[in-house]
Amino acid sequence: MAETLTHIGHTEPRPTGWRGIAADWSSDQRAFKNVSWGKAMMWIFLLSDTFIFGCFLLSYMTARISTRVPWPNPSEVFALRIGGSDIPLILIAIMTFVLISSSGTMAMAVNFGYRHDRRKTAILMLLTAALGATFVGMQAFEWTKLITEGVRPWGNPWGAAQFGSCFFMITGFHGTHVTIGVIFLIIVARKVWRGDYDLGRRGFFTSRTGRYENVEIMGLYWHFVDLVWVFIFAFFYLW
Amino acid sequence: MAEATANGLGQHALHAAAPAAVARADVHQQHPIKLYLVVWAWLFILSTCSYLVDYFGLHGYLRWSLILIFMILKAGLIVAVFMHMAWERLALAYAIILPPILVLVFVTMMVFEADYTLFTRLAFFGAGP
Repeated sequence: MAETLTHIGHTEPRPTGWRGIAADWSSDQRAFKNVSWGKAMMWIFLLSDTFIFGCFLLSYMTARISTRVPWPNPSEVFALRIGGSDIPLILIAIMTFVLISSSGTMAMAVNFGYRHDRRKTAILMLLTAALGATFVGMQAFEWTKLITEGVRPWGNPWGAAQFGSCFFMITGFHGTHVTIGVIFLIIVARKVWRGDYDLGRRGFFTSRTGRYENVEIMGLYWHFVDLVWVFIFAFFYLW
Repeated sequence: MAEATANGLGQHALHAAAPAAVARADVHQQHPIKLYLVVWAWLFILSTCSYLVDYFGLHGYLRWSLILIFMILKAGLIVAVFMHMAWERLALAYAIILPPILVLVFVTMMVFEADYTLFTRLAFFGAGP
């Protein structure tokens, strides 16, 4: 961007590979050359969020290894009775597919955003929000089912007491992230629909004009929520 | 503020003003829709595979390694394609991806710590109820 100190009027291709890393990070320059600060800061926020979820999964691992009481079998705990037979983990599998689909629609929304196709972008973002809301709804159903079966943060009928606290903490924090994502998706979709990014209308909170890149930054957050679910699905539900 | 003004101009104005400064300007991540659909399909296939690991009740190291392989492939596809990390400069990719990998050191420490906790619990309280 023109205002950075690195811009001195002439252009030479930046080196790539390891040389590129050294060149980008050294000598008091802007480190992220072709990434706006909005996007870079979203990445750094997601990095810090990674550590939060990492710590949750780590403490879950520690609790599960160190307990001498058998861990409840998630395959049976999360089974649903459909058509007279227990299908293991079926609700969690559907939730996974719903969240992956919402990631797909979000990626396409970003694409249409850069083409300034307001209608398609807004519809795809609202579809993403709807899938996210579906996910949260299914999670609420799952919580209700487990709570009625007697799962509490301090104990459950099937085994190690830490199961409940790990479950409520990890899935609750993830569900909160999805809920916040749905709210922001609706806000950004409304801005796209109204044409804020084309008209240069200022945001109600930052008082700054936005760009269609905001859709991509929103997308980064949403894909991260999907990414975290990949790890929760693997470590908490399947392990 | 200079930055606010530059942002207000929008990307097109910036590109028009400095067509040669492509390497310095913020790059839009625009890729064919087909790529996203292919990745979407792969994520479905990989999720189905990891679900089938549980459905068929695989156990032991086979189960754990399959879970990890499908998990890493899915995470890789999401970060690389959906989050466009594959097209970013390495300076950003390493700054973001390297720190979470270093968490594995923490994981190793906690495995030893948890094993020790289990050992003391078994030694002082005996086997579980």
